[in-house]
Amino acid sequence: MSDTRTPTGGTLLTPFNIVAGLILLIGAVITVLRFTGGLAAVSNLSDYNPWGLWIGFDLLVGVALAAGGFVTSAACYIFGLKRYHSAVRPAILTAFLGYALVVFALHYDVGRPWRLPYPFIVQPGTTSLLFEVGACVALYLTVLFIEYTPAALEWLGLKRARSIVVKLTLLLTIFGVVLSTLHQSSLGALFLIAPSKLHPLWYSAYLPVYFFISAIIAGLSMVIFESSMAHKYFHDKMDDTHLAEADGVALGFGKAASFVLFGYFIIKVVGLAVDNNWHYLVSGWGAWYLVEIIGFVLLPCYLYAVGARDKNVKLIRRTSGLAVLGIVLNRFNISLIAFNYHLPSSERYFPHWMEIGISVFVVTVGVLVYRFIVTHMPILYEHPDYKEEH
Amino acid sequence: MEGQIFTLQDFMYSTKSITYLVIVAALILFPIFWRFLTSRDE
Repeated sequence: MSDTRTPTGGTLLTPFNIVAGLILLIGAVITVLRFTGGLAAVSNLSDYNPWGLWIGFDLLVGVALAAGGFVTSAACYIFGLKRYHSAVRPAILTAFLGYALVVFALHYDVGRPWRLPYPFIVQPGTTSLLFEVGACVALYLTVLFIEYTPAALEWLGLKRARSIVVKLTLLLTIFGVVLSTLHQSSLGALFLIAPSKLHPLWYSAYLPVYFFISAIIAGLSMVIFESSMAHKYFHDKMDDTHLAEADGVALGFGKAASFVLFGYFIIKVVGLAVDNNWHYLVSGWGAWYLVEIIGFVLLPCYLYAVGARDKNVKLIRRTSGLAVLGIVLNRFNISLIAFNYHLPSSERYFPHWMEIGISVFVVTVGVLVYRFIVTHMPILYEHPDYKEEH
Repeated sequence: MEGQIFTLQDFMYSTKSITYLVIVAALILFPIFWRFLTSRDE
């Protein structure tokens, strides 16, 4: 019988590892089915609904929640808020893994992975929004990889290479902000081509602005949420600096998220006014729209504000979960729920269980890679050889 | 009939008027919200 004990004496057969192992196994089987049997073998995608859960969740939600990378590095390195420095590495790691998994999951939807570079070398459709999104995601993933490498290089003991990369920090941060601004908004602009398919309450000429502003909210909330998860499960990996700054990060980011949420609410109301969509609010779709706006925009805005006023870190951390759910709901509404709203229910899209399986598989891969990196590399603590550098 | 929208001019007049009122409300609400958010800061 094989040894199931870790080098430190603990067992590998924990409930988490068993569940994760099962998910990976099922994900591997579905992956084989997808790439041998095509989309029809594992998905409910059709000509009416060519974009399903893999685009709505894995891509749109993934990219939005990965915005914490550019938000945190911009706050620290461009706006000079050095008190948030301890949050930069976890945020960059989350963003890097988020974008890497977006590209990974995109293969399931697009297929034929060897053709991924085609838009750049075979058919450069430079007037297409998808080209811009593809170019920005490719470039930003590269930027995030370079931004993440100092932690890996410290772990590997490659001091010279690390010192070169660290010198690029400000340049990479500026690239990150520019690229994120471009493609976060372009993801919203993708839906501008479908005014007759997306319900008027969600369709707006301001969709690119909505996507960008909500991505900032997602980024701020995800940093707080990820920090609270890390506190719960990787407390022993955090050094004194990280522990001391964690509450300040939650309070500062919670306050910023509250203000941005308030602004987001205002521009959503402006969108209603500009398109004269008030009468839709008294319909069933209107009720669902109000659930999103009141329950997942105004409520987290208020709770963040109360948390920031009262210095209630626990409230802010719980609110971050609500705000993250709100981003998921918003992207689902735009890409799945309110999309093709006019079709009869028999033609409406609901994901196949194997589509959900792949999304769970992708998230599990992300959690496992995150766990490996934070338990091996200086993400939640500063490497002792470089403590004097900040 | 008064209040009905027949032309693009009517539509723009109506929506712009309401949008301007929303913006004025936002300009009043933003500082109030900012005070609520920061009033207990040191």
